[in-house]
Parts: sequence; structure tokens; C-alpha cells
Amino acid sequence: MTTHTPQNEAEAACIIADAGERRVPLSIVGAGTKRGLGRFTQTQDVLSSAALTGITLHEPAELVIAARAGTALAEIERKLAEDRQRLPFEPMDYRPLLGTSGEPTIGGVAATNLSGPRRIKAGACRDSFLGARFVNGRGEVVKSGGRVMKNVTGLDLTRLMAGAFGTLGFLTEVTFKLVPLPETESTLVIPGLSDRRGIEALSAGLGSPFEVTGAAHLPAGIGDEKARTLLRLEGFESAVRYRVSALAETLRDFGKASILETQESKRLWREVRDATFLASPTDTAIWRISVAPSKAPSLTEALGPKLSARWFHDWGGGLVWLSCSAAQDASAALVHEAARSAGGHALLVRAPEAVRAAVDVFQPQPAAIMKLAQAIKASFDPSGVLEPGRMHAGT
Amino acid sequence: MSEIAFPAPDRKILARRAEIVAGLRRVLPEGGVIEKLDERRAFETDALTAYRKVPLAVVLPRSTEEVSAVLAYLHEQGVPVTPRGAGTSLSGGAIPQEDAVVVCVARMNRVLEIDFPNRVARVEAGVTNLAISNAVADEGFFYAPDPSSQLACSIGGNIGMNSGGAHCLKYGVTTNNLLGVRLVLVDGTIVDLGGAALDAPSYDLLALVCGAEGQLGIVTEATVRILRSAEGARPVLFGFSSSEAAGAAVAAIIGEGIVPVAMEFMDAPAIRICEDFAHAGYPLDVEAMLIIEVEGSQAEMEAELDKIIAIAKRHAVTVIKESKSAMETALIWKGRKSAFGATGRVADYICMDGTVPTGQLPYVLRRTSEIVASYGLRVANVFHAGDGNMHPLILYNVNDPAEQRKAEDAGADILRLCVEAGGCLTGEHGVGIEKRELMGCQFSKIDLDQQMRVRQAFDPAWRLNPAKVFPLDARA
Ligand SMILES: Cc1cc2nc3c(=O)[nH]c(=O)nc-3n(C[C@H](O)[C@H](O)[C@H](O)COP(=O)(O)OP(=O)(O)OC[C@H]3O[C@@H](n4cnc5c(N)ncnc54)[C@H](O)[C@@H]3O)c2cc1C
Repeated sequence: MTTHTPQNEAEAACIIADAGERRVPLSIVGAGTKRGLGRFTQTQDVLSSAALTGITLHEPAELVIAARAGTALAEIERKLAEDRQRLPFEPMDYRPLLGTSGEPTIGGVAATNLSGPRRIKAGACRDSFLGARFVNGRGEVVKSGGRVMKNVTGLDLTRLMAGAFGTLGFLTEVTFKLVPLPETESTLVIPGLSDRRGIEALSAGLGSPFEVTGAAHLPAGIGDEKARTLLRLEGFESAVRYRVSALAETLRDFGKASILETQESKRLWREVRDATFLASPTDTAIWRISVAPSKAPSLTEALGPKLSARWFHDWGGGLVWLSCSAAQDASAALVHEAARSAGGHALLVRAPEAVRAAVDVFQPQPAAIMKLAQAIKASFDPSGVLEPGRMHAGT
Repeated sequence: MSEIAFPAPDRKILARRAEIVAGLRRVLPEGGVIEKLDERRAFETDALTAYRKVPLAVVLPRSTEEVSAVLAYLHEQGVPVTPRGAGTSLSGGAIPQEDAVVVCVARMNRVLEIDFPNRVARVEAGVTNLAISNAVADEGFFYAPDPSSQLACSIGGNIGMNSGGAHCLKYGVTTNNLLGVRLVLVDGTIVDLGGAALDAPSYDLLALVCGAEGQLGIVTEATVRILRSAEGARPVLFGFSSSEAAGAAVAAIIGEGIVPVAMEFMDAPAIRICEDFAHAGYPLDVEAMLIIEVEGSQAEMEAELDKIIAIAKRHAVTVIKESKSAMETALIWKGRKSAFGATGRVADYICMDGTVPTGQLPYVLRRTSEIVASYGLRVANVFHAGDGNMHPLILYNVNDPAEQRKAEDAGADILRLCVEAGGCLTGEHGVGIEKRELMGCQFSKIDLDQQMRVRQAFDPAWRLNPAKVFPLDARA
């Protein structure tokens, strides 16, 4: 195994062009913290963004930042905090779940469309992703998008790169929209609700005018003996104070809520974001299931007992994090079918290599969509050198 | 720049018109095909009215299945297709070509499902933008992207152009509010992308389709997010003695961590034109005006306004005027949203749509005036300042071909300026035919080739809206 660590974009382009000629597939890594995510594939060589670092543009008054792909997310967050700003989409940290170490890179965030609880209000990573530079599988440096919020000039290749897991291009530089850091945050906690009631409460909160920025339901046994339904509010001090009481009043019928102030609220949402409740035992499989919130209770009612699973809900109920035994292929067929029939999809986030090599990790797609996906893959990477098979066989 | 070119029509297709019309009649029910010349003329242009081409035929399908049957038939016959919604495109995106069949989704105008618990609505592609908000207004909800043309334009067209509006500063543009589409591919295959969940597996094909200007498929249904309206909203007018001061105030507001729901800019000519039309109470003795809207409870709005007013004062604001009633609010927005229509009463115009980094606004505004003046023309500026999306309206006389050419040349110079300033050619109106030949100043050949290969993954033979977006001579 060889690890290539290009010092700049031009070197990266040469390495990929060469790999294309020799037909040697490359796996792409930033810090490798999410290496275990996706189908397990055997690649000989590794292409690393580790040497492509540094913030290349930060205009606080324009709410925009650009950085080379290997820049540590932590460095970017530190820099932004100095100017009281942040990335809008609250990227989750997979290290607790996947048991990895190292500093996640901004390129990895983009390539996996990494989005946290604030997705419900501020959009996903792809929504803030304004521009990219990347090397395609032909060894060409391509630029897409730009640094401005509004841009419909040509096809949106930038958002296409988000969540493509490196299969379409090796990101070298990414540009994101920012938001101001709120003055404060508070979380309303309603105890003791069933999944169904809890998600009704979240829907009522999200359907209120109070701009809920986090909406999760933790069943009993997830981080506490009692079930907890959480609604987060962020903003200027006075506004948050007002909204907390107005929201509690709106949700009165769901029971008496307690309030978590800033620090406690932050701590709890970090656990929700990173799904740390499910991190141990470390030998279980972890699924990430995305459906419309109202479909989630039936899904967990059906899957839960069958798989002896533990789970909780983020994104107003619609994002289900579920842990079950990794035996029997992590029940992949069952989970994918449950997600599909609920109109959503499931991703096997954690499982032993053998399982990830044997089953569909991503939700299987209808033939017409796979055909498009394969044609798109070929348009970027005709010789199939970039992360072949990381998402689906053939892409 | 010379006049915008159209590819020469395929004579073989023109010669087979009667046969193709008969074929379309076989796959569509009575009344679904328009073939009389005077009726086809209604579809010869969009809001870029200086250019027109009468299409081969027009079809008005009523369902996804009908769209699919039409596309399968035209695919088999090798006939180009121009998708069309309401035909309000400002970049010529919906202008057909003589050898193409227009597939207009305007009759597919049903709201299919409103789902308040999941905060989504599923609608047919021909539903107008405003009809979505109207359908959910009783429960206090709305659909966020609000193009000024919202009374007329369709959600299918909004998706085609990734349209925006005044309130996108806070709520994002179409792509940020779209969760799923039903799409008919060029050969008639029907696919569903996304749905009511907040993300989708596999590649983000939805992102590609949004803003693709009808080149990847025809959208027949859309699932969009609906949001609960704020408790209250209040626009405030801020007058300044120079465009530079107004531009600097915008940058300072965002720089201090305040993102109002809307920040709209008008210069003196635009203020006059809109005030004459809407009688909204705009100040006439200023060089530039910002309409800044805040949202929330009374107390929240006041707190935010206090901060904004303090910043405006530091930037030599000369007039501050708050809306005092729902009626005044409606008038203020009516004036802004009818800016293009009101300008049209005064002169013919072409509307540019470049975006620049907000810090560059003062410079780009000044250069824009200089450029237009150098062609001996006039300009009115009205635009979304918070996100740097400029709309210089270049005034000219459409019956004077020389003047039209000058206006187009000035427009092209302004767009090049936007790209040089770190921005892009189009923020929300799309490339269409209008900016097609300028793509090379924003993208390299490699960039464009990659985009065109992705286009070909959907439409290998270039049959869907083929003369749009990509420079004619850049194609393989
Ligand atoms: C007075 C005025 C004000 C405007 N204000 C704004 C504004 O504030 N913000 C803004 O963003 N735009 C604005 N526009 C531009 C225009 O209204 C938008 O681009 C709008 O989204 C077009 O919608 P439409 O239904 O008219 O689409 P059309 O003009 O019919 O088509 C637009 C494009 O989408 C494609 N298309 C249409 N329907 C489909 C479909 N079902 N499937 C696939 N492709 C399709 C077409 O081929 C074409 O390329 C304005 C226009 C006018 C005339």
C-alpha cells in the first residue's frame, strides 16, 4: 500500500492522472476518521489531503470562509469563533461512534455531507456549500460554484460533491457560507413521552413561530432512565428568554417542561449530534435511518423489538439512530426494507468489515437511478479510480 | 457582442411536422396538443421578449404519465423538447426553437398533499409559487422563496432556475427548500428523487436538477418544505445620500451578527419609478434606499431594529421610516416587487442578475453606472443587497436595434465585472440563452466540459432544452 500526500492541487492532479493510466484505484482520506463509513472495498493506494491545509479566505462581513480540503475542522471552528461566527449545519463528529482518532478535515465534512441537529433549521452541509475545487478521475482540476450565496451559473456540481464520498472527485478546496454565533441557547426538556407523543411534541414545536434549532426525542434508557423530548432555541438573550416561555406554553399539553441553560444545553446537544449514547457497546451495528418524522414511530415500533435495538430520534423525529446486533449481516435487508417502505433510506454507519463487504451499506436504489448514478460517475471518473464501490457497486 | 444566436433548425424535423403532431395527438387526450400557428405564437418567447421562435408544436399534459408518454414518443422520433412553466424566465430559458416541441406543465396545477406535521407540501409542477403559500396560509405557514413574479411563475420553473426572492437572505433559495421531485427523463422514464425525508441516499441528484434549466428532465411534481410564519414582520425604509453609504451599512449589519429576513436596495431612479407606480411612501430626496425587514414578536423586532438603526446612523442615514400598519407593509413590498413591471412602463429594459461579494457592492455599483453611461444609456438598480445579488435594469428602446445591441453589450460588461469582483453571472434568473456565451468568463473549458458530461449522463443526445446554458461552440 502506498499513501500519496500531494503538497498542492497540481501534484494531486498528476497522481490521479497516473493512477488512471495504471488503473490503480485510490481511496481518499482526510484524517481517516470516517474511513469505516461506507462499503468495505479493497484499494491498494491511498490519496491523502493531509498536506493541503490552510484557510484561504475569510470575510466575516460577507459570512464566507474557504479552506483547503485538509484543514482541520477544529481549526476552522476556532477561527470562526474568534469572529463570533460558525458553520450553520453543526457537523457531527463520527469519532465517538466509529472509535477513530485524528482531527476531522473540512474536506471530509463536505464529502460526507456531514450535518447535525441544526439541519432542521439551517439546512444540511450541502445547503451552505458554496463552491469547490476538486480533481476529477481524469486528473483535471475542476472548479464549481463560487463564494457568493446566490449562484445559478451552470449545473450545481458543488452540491453534487457533497455526500459523494470522494467517488466523483478529490476535493482540494471548499467554500462555505457562515452564520453569526448566537448570543445564547436554551433547551426545553419534556419528560416521559412515548416516541409517538414525543415526535408529536417536536412537530408542534417545529410548527410554531419560535424557530426551534434542535428537536430530538430520547427514549427511556438513552442517556437517562426517563424519556426526554428536547427542543433547542438559540439567538439573542432576550429573544431566547421570550421564546422559551412562549414555546413551553405552546407545548403545555405535552407536560411540564424543564429548561437547560447554555452550558448544559450545549453538552446535551453534542451528545445528540454525535450519537454518543449508542457508542458502546462497541461491537453493535449502528444504523442511520432518515424518514419523514411522522413515519418514524411506526418504524421503530416495528424494528425495535425485532432487533432488540436501542435508538433515538433527531431532526424532529425523522432521523433515527439505531443500534442492533451486528450478527446476521446487521439485519441489513430488514432495515433497508423498513426504511424504504416508510419512504426513506438507511445507512449502515458501523459494522465489521466483513458485514460491510457483504451487504448494501447505502440504501439500494431503483434501477433507473442507479443507471444515472453510474453515468454520472463515469462522467467524472471514466476509469473508476476514485473510491470505486464505496457507495454502491459500480459507482 | 452580436445578437444571440439560435442553432439552425433541423429541416428534416420541420418537414415532418404534420406527422409529429399526429403522433402527439395519439399519445395525448383531446385538447392536449396545440398546433395552429397563432396559438403556438403564445409560446414563442418568455420574459426575454426581444427574442422569439415559434415552436413546432406545444403540448399541455395533465399528468406525469402524459408527460412520460410525450417524452417517450419524442425521444423515439429524435425531436428536441423545451420544458415550460409560466414562461416568466428573464434569461430566455423557456424560449423554444423551431424544431422543438414545447412541453408546458401549466395545466398540472393541483396541490396534491399538505402535510403540516412533517411541514411539507407535495404539488404538481404547474402550481404557481404563490399558490403554495396561499394553500397553507390559513394554518400560518408559507413557502419561503418568493420571487417577485410569484403570482405567475410555476414551481417547475422555480426549480428550473433555482429561483430566489427578497426573503432568501434568511430562508434560502429554491434548492434549500426543495426536498423531492418526480422527474421524467428524456426517454420517458419516471424517477423520484428525494421525498419527505430531510436528505436522500446516493448522489444528490436533486441538487443537480434544481437550477438545471430544464436540461436534465421535466419536473412533474415537487415536495417542498413549508415553514411557520414569524409572529410578526416589519419592513423599515432607510434613505442614504449615496449608494456607497447604503452598501457599507449592509456590510456592517451582517458584520455585527444580524441577518435580517430581507435587505433590499434601490437607487434613486428605481425609487422614483417604483414610487410613481405603487405610492408606497418611499423617500424621493435620497440617492439610495434599503428596505430592511425584521421578524418576530414585537419586542424581538424592536430589539433588532434598535441595533440596525444604530448601525445605519453610523453610516449617515438621512431618512428612517417604519411601517406603521399592515397596509403600509403591503405597499412597501408592492413597490419593491413590482419594480420590473413599473420599469417596463417607463422604458424597455434588460435585467442583469450577477452576484458579487457584498463588500464589493459600492465599487460594482459605481462601475455599473460608468459602464452604462459610456454606452449613452440609463440604469436603475434594485436588488437583494444582503446576498449581493444585483439587478441593474438597463433601459433602452426595443424598436431601435442599435440601442438594443448597446444595452446587451453594457449588460455583458457588467456581468464580466461581477465575475472579476469575485461573483458570478447569475444569482437567480439562470443562464438561458442570454448569458450562454459568457460562461467562458466564469468557467474554464475543463469546468464546462465536466458540466456538459454530467448533462449528457441525463440526456446523451442533447434533446432537452438543447440551446441553453452552454456556449454553442463549446459543445463536443
Ligand atoms: C417581473 C418579473 C419578476 C421576477 N422576479 C424574480 C425574482 O425575484 N427572483 C427570481 O429568482 N426570478 C424572478 N423572475 C424570473 C422568473 O420568474 C423565474 O425564473 C421563474 O422561476 C420562472 O418560472 P416559470 O414558471 O415562468 O418558468 P419558465 O420561464 O417557463 O421556465 C424557466 C426555466 O425552467 C425550465 N422549466 C420550466 N418548467 C419546468 C419543469 N416542469 N421541469 C423542468 N424544467 C422546467 C424551462 O425550460 C426554463 O429553462 C422574475 C421574472 C419577471 C418577469
